[in-house]
Amino acid sequence: MFSYTIKRLLTVIPVLLGMSLVVFFMIRAIPGNPAQVILGQKATKEAVEALTHKLGLDQPWYVQYIKYLGGLLKGDLGESLRTGVAVSQEIWPYLAATLELSLAAMFIAVVIGVNAGIISAWFQNSWFDYVAMVLALVGVSMPIFWLGLMEQWIFAINLDWFPTSGREDVRNPIEAITHLYVIDTLMQGNTDQFVQTLQHLVLPSVALATIPMAIIARMTRSSMLEVMKSDYIRTARAKGLSMFWVVYKHSLKNAIIPVLTVIGLQMGLLLGGAILTETIFSWPGIGRYIYEAIGYRDYPVIQSGILIVAMIFIFINLIVDLLYAAIDPRIKYN
Amino acid sequence: MKKRWLLTMLTFLLAAATALAGCGKSEQTGGGKTEEAEKQTTLVYGRGGDSVGLDPATVTDGESFKVTKNIFDTLLDYNDGDTSIQPALAEKWEVSPDGLTYTFTLRKGVKFHDGTDFNAEAVVFNFERWANGNADTFPYYGSMFGGYKNDEGHVIKEVKALDEHTVQFVLKRPQAPFLKNLAMVPFAIASPEAIKKYGDKFGENPVGTGPFVFKEWKRNERIVLEKNKEYWLEGHPKLDKLIFVSIPDNSARLNALLKGEIDIMEDLNPSDLAQVEGNKDFQVFKRPSMNVGYVGLTVTRGPLGNKLVRQALNHAVDKQAIIDAFYAGQAQPAKNPLPPSIPGYNDAIQDYPYDLEKAKQLLAEAGYPNGFEMELWAMPVPRPYMPDGQKVAEALQASFAKIGVKAKIVTYEWATYLDKVAKGEADAFLLGWTGDNGDADNFLYALLDKDSIGSNNYTYYANDELHNILIEAQTVSDENKRNELYKKAQEIIKEDAPWIPLVHSTPLLAGKANIEGFNPHPTGTDKFTKVQFK
Repeated sequence: MFSYTIKRLLTVIPVLLGMSLVVFFMIRAIPGNPAQVILGQKATKEAVEALTHKLGLDQPWYVQYIKYLGGLLKGDLGESLRTGVAVSQEIWPYLAATLELSLAAMFIAVVIGVNAGIISAWFQNSWFDYVAMVLALVGVSMPIFWLGLMEQWIFAINLDWFPTSGREDVRNPIEAITHLYVIDTLMQGNTDQFVQTLQHLVLPSVALATIPMAIIARMTRSSMLEVMKSDYIRTARAKGLSMFWVVYKHSLKNAIIPVLTVIGLQMGLLLGGAILTETIFSWPGIGRYIYEAIGYRDYPVIQSGILIVAMIFIFINLIVDLLYAAIDPRIKYN
Repeated sequence: MKKRWLLTMLTFLLAAATALAGCGKSEQTGGGKTEEAEKQTTLVYGRGGDSVGLDPATVTDGESFKVTKNIFDTLLDYNDGDTSIQPALAEKWEVSPDGLTYTFTLRKGVKFHDGTDFNAEAVVFNFERWANGNADTFPYYGSMFGGYKNDEGHVIKEVKALDEHTVQFVLKRPQAPFLKNLAMVPFAIASPEAIKKYGDKFGENPVGTGPFVFKEWKRNERIVLEKNKEYWLEGHPKLDKLIFVSIPDNSARLNALLKGEIDIMEDLNPSDLAQVEGNKDFQVFKRPSMNVGYVGLTVTRGPLGNKLVRQALNHAVDKQAIIDAFYAGQAQPAKNPLPPSIPGYNDAIQDYPYDLEKAKQLLAEAGYPNGFEMELWAMPVPRPYMPDGQKVAEALQASFAKIGVKAKIVTYEWATYLDKVAKGEADAFLLGWTGDNGDADNFLYALLDKDSIGSNNYTYYANDELHNILIEAQTVSDENKRNELYKKAQEIIKEDAPWIPLVHSTPLLAGKANIEGFNPHPTGTDKFTKVQFK
């Protein structure tokens, strides 16, 4: 298992190298000069030329790439062209915001998705099964933009249960320590702000959870249905075990592997692909950070941001693979 | 057996959901109360984006200026509703008869937020700093004052401190909009000590003399300013705290306003106007128009090179219908490239009337009796002068089709769009402009002079007669003579028709009903000195 982990980690290097090269060229292939975009529509030609030179964008591509790569090896992610701040220093608050949001969303998606899938399989063809699967279909095809605005309209404005957007009340801001506000407010023992943080999390995480929840529910259902047809389940029932026990212990353990794969992939997608949710709920996360950087042609931020998201994606998948072995004794990595 | 399990689980889920919502509700009401108590003195202003930097001389984006306007003061300022000049850090000024020497008497007893004195030396320091820079470091300085220290076009010969409170500017040649330029946000006077102390990081630690003191900046989230208790305007500012928050989506920003999380929002969608107007807890603010939305006709591309074709397209557009449909009536049809509020506007000009027969006739005359095909580029981002580029493009497409011109709608991501348009790759394209200083030069020269090709003259329109007039107008200091020149310029432009001027829109903002003293300024940057809650 240990050597497997090391091996997997080593294969990450060429993947990231290839990734960095692809991203490097792709963003340079889109038209638009960062200097022009930074200085705005009203800048003079001289200003644009001067800034292009200062940013080193007039050098040949291979010089720029080698410099970037050299920096990466030293752990230097570059400096944002727009703000002049080191990406390594700037990126954490955004990453933390996204982590908090995706974990909350994934928690909702897994708890509800897996259980809905199980119950649907257990009571196959019951009204619950039909309703749950129709909802899952709706969930997969729901436009997040619309869903987000509807949530705000219903639950924030009309019912007055939750705030519409942001991570905190700007009139009563949270002092950041780790930038994971759930943890920060707990560390400071500030119950009011802790509750406030959770309330800010509810609407965006529900919006973000919709699609993964639906996918997980469908996957769990089909996987469970397959397992529940097996002989050993019939044996377990014949032995006189209660249905609950049979479903949640015997069947689930065997049905969960493909579900785990889906969960891992979805978690990766949430990390990088929460742009719509982050925009609607003005959540200062990594998706918006990279998206805005694309608008400004802020090359170092795009490159390093995507690289970091990719790294996390790979890492999550590694953890999922290792979990297989922990859950299913038949799987061994040697 | 089966049924019992199902029911138990559903009951449990229902109970959990009710508990969470109940908890949420009680907490929120509690939070609402504290907000109520603070509401009197803290104003939260919701906008679409974040600032780039807070040293106004180094940036060009409106989002930065909106904030720095409140941290810094300029020597002169614009009047509340228009772009005429009023005293600010300079109490009074004298201009020599030849228009070359400007002598300013500065306000006494003014201090920067760091406690140092504002005086003539500080003014000289700031102008020296900019003049010794370049187009990259202080972009606006070069474009408004004709370059930098050693450039031939540089207008300012010398800035000197005559005494503690008197500063004199000597110009190389007269510059008509000189005073208006001084009132622009980028030329705010910053604390020399703070500039020396922070160096490159001054943009994150701005120190001025303005009504509010910089407190905190959390990028992409908020900028917090606090009251300057020593502000020179007696009894002002009224607010204790001013917070700028970024909420990118216009509808989400409106939701935040309706919920009470923010107090003022900008960029209200015209389609949401009715919703706010019908609500007694809120009010609508209309920003006086200083912009233009237009269709550019690139004169270097195919049939559009022919003046008659461009005139024909002008005849084919029903501007009022577009305004009614996509601006909720909050705009006026444009006939010139600059809005009527700007001195030098030529109201005698007749717009090309909406006349399809005339349009067809002109096309036939130009040799295109059956029309032609072209691309029509639609702006991908909403702007006050173009709230929905795609829809306006579709309306134009339908209009053009009526005279046989088949327009294919094309769009790109915003930075790509601007880049390609600037390179002259678009046939017809939607774009717009918001004025910086209320001067005609800032529209006509910036957008349509041949010198501006490659920067903001996207149509590649070049007319030497026009060029000579615009250059002359830059140096004439007699206001009437100058206005005559601009009126003539507008006649030439009308005849050559490089644009279809569409609208001068009224940007909409919305806020709580109990806000007083907020008068949105045509330049798009507002000072919150007099704003308060009832």
